[in-house]
Amino acid sequence: MTPRNPAPTPNDYAAYPDASGRFGDYGGRYVPETLMPLVHELDAAYAAAKADEGFRAELAGYLKHYVGRPSPLYFAARLTAHFGGAKIYLKREELNHTGSHKINNCMGQILLAMRMGKTRIIAETGAGQHGVATATVCARFGLPCVVYMGAVDVERQKPNVFRMNLLGAEVRPVTAGSATLKDAMNEALRDWVTNVHDTYYLIGTAAGMHPYPAMVRDFQSVIGVEAREQIMEMEGRLPDAVVACVGGGSNAIGLFHPFLNDEGVRLYGVEAAGEGMDTERHAAAINGGRPGVLHGNMTYLLQDQEGQITEAHSISAGLDYPGIGPEHAWLHDVGRATYLTATDLESLEAFKLCAELEGILPAIESAHALARLGDVAKEVGKDGIVVLNLSGRGDKDVATVAAHLGMQI
Amino acid sequence: MTTARIDARFAALRAEGRAAFIPYVMAGDPDYATSLTILKGLPGAGADLIELGFPFSDPMAEGPPIQRAALRALSKGMTLTKTLQMVAEFRETDQDTPIVLMGYANPLVTRGFATFARDAAAAGADGLIVVDIPPEEADPLADALEAQGLSLLLLSTPTSDDARLKVIQRRTSGFAYYVSVAGVTGVKEANAQAVAPAVERVRKASGLPVAVGFGIRTPERAAEIARVADGAVVGSALVDEVAEAVDMNEDVTLRVLSKVESLAKAVRSARLASAGTGNAARA
Repeated sequence: MTPRNPAPTPNDYAAYPDASGRFGDYGGRYVPETLMPLVHELDAAYAAAKADEGFRAELAGYLKHYVGRPSPLYFAARLTAHFGGAKIYLKREELNHTGSHKINNCMGQILLAMRMGKTRIIAETGAGQHGVATATVCARFGLPCVVYMGAVDVERQKPNVFRMNLLGAEVRPVTAGSATLKDAMNEALRDWVTNVHDTYYLIGTAAGMHPYPAMVRDFQSVIGVEAREQIMEMEGRLPDAVVACVGGGSNAIGLFHPFLNDEGVRLYGVEAAGEGMDTERHAAAINGGRPGVLHGNMTYLLQDQEGQITEAHSISAGLDYPGIGPEHAWLHDVGRATYLTATDLESLEAFKLCAELEGILPAIESAHALARLGDVAKEVGKDGIVVLNLSGRGDKDVATVAAHLGMQI
Repeated sequence: MTTARIDARFAALRAEGRAAFIPYVMAGDPDYATSLTILKGLPGAGADLIELGFPFSDPMAEGPPIQRAALRALSKGMTLTKTLQMVAEFRETDQDTPIVLMGYANPLVTRGFATFARDAAAAGADGLIVVDIPPEEADPLADALEAQGLSLLLLSTPTSDDARLKVIQRRTSGFAYYVSVAGVTGVKEANAQAVAPAVERVRKASGLPVAVGFGIRTPERAAEIARVADGAVVGSALVDEVAEAVDMNEDVTLRVLSKVESLAKAVRSARLASAGTGNAARA
């Protein structure tokens, strides 16, 4: 592949994507022609909204009064003492309404959908966190909502299915393919291509066709913008490292993006290693995959030698996806961010540690970031500061955790 | 840039004053041997051109019939490499029937566009349709195919306005493919009355023969479309025959080819009402 963008100069990492939706070689708009006019329409509508002070003020108002922003930046004294390295701060996204960072993006996109005159919302969900957040904003604004969810995920995330139903959303189980998140995304795309006239596809992660990766990142960047201000206020300087779990990568890119041009801030993403990187049962697209095209973008993918997409495996339904957002793929290639991995078992240990030391049940997704926190804290050292994105709360995961600990609840 | 076989076939059809019947089958469905037998039998059953699908694990624009066909083929170990091998075996006995490969981007990205184009040309394929490569992303692939004398067929759809039709046709050769419904394959039904003016628009923009697909299941509908377009593509209805024959333990080849015969007969009996317009546009 020939790079479409020149090598970035040190201070313009934040200038991507280009007009064709590329982060270096990654991203793009690999969608059927039927959708292409809509993708252009969305691109234009988002650009106009982004430039509109009224839109930004409306979104900020809802984020403050409905979502509960800003989320706290919390000094985790006992985790800090436990690891014996850098000072550890947790960005408390799990305290948002609906319990994760997902609502930041949903609020932005639903306001955009209404601005575009769309009257029906569809979404895909894995763990159900994005589905719940989408159902929530649809209820708030009175729009019908259909959520596609892999039949396997419907089974393992029943409480979230019930939550979505309570919020008035229709959950459609997807039995095609491997019946998980990637198949839910296929089915949502099939719905969109069939109902182009009135439907808005509210994608939950910073992946898919342009402009979604850039748009979702922008809506999630509130995480990093706040964290930057908060750490300056509390410590008077920037952190040495920031850490977040990565599936599609929306919470990570939301934290990373406002720090991209601060070269002293190391960026760590943590992919799900499932049963181990030496097995085929993991969900680490960067560490265990190679570039390809799926769901509208060129990015790292889990795939076989012939380019068939292989199934991802993770204890965390929210990280159980065979791809990753294109901006992460690019940040990896240019070396600006480092992508580590954590296994199911390591994440379970980190889940327990965070509960016992800080009184916080982290989402099993966020526990992947916590699993590498000790390493990062040690590497940064005693005088350093690390900010970890606690992207969601773990109440939804207690049944999974109990099962893995051999307990019945 | 276009292939001799596709041009020759449409020229012959023009002379006959009729539209093309274009069956779509999935390579390797239900297995390699049966699929090859079906492929070899298609021209005799009345296929004028052939669309040969190569399977992908995540076919986002297909309805359930072709999704299941892809899974059947993949479960028997079908690959892009074997699809090209199948084309080569077909060419041992048929030098004239054009074959257009149809599928998704990732298997092609994996192989590399230049390598794929070289191998596909060597095997005897004539063109390629890639559902998830729109004009915006088409240049690298179009360049690679052009270098080997293969056609890229970018799809036109009900949502493509005149400006987009021009962009689409810039990198399209062989024939133009109009997707008659906004939706996935094999679910909504095409409406010949609505299709006719769209076909005219595509003809005008492309100067190429226009085949219509997505939404044609029956001989009646195929005949209706054949009156207004230069070709009718039937896919889901044929792969459904494969599925049913497998389920009922019947002769798969026989079921598929007899369905092809009835569809081809209907297309042949329909008069190409707009042949004059089509020729004028091409002139």
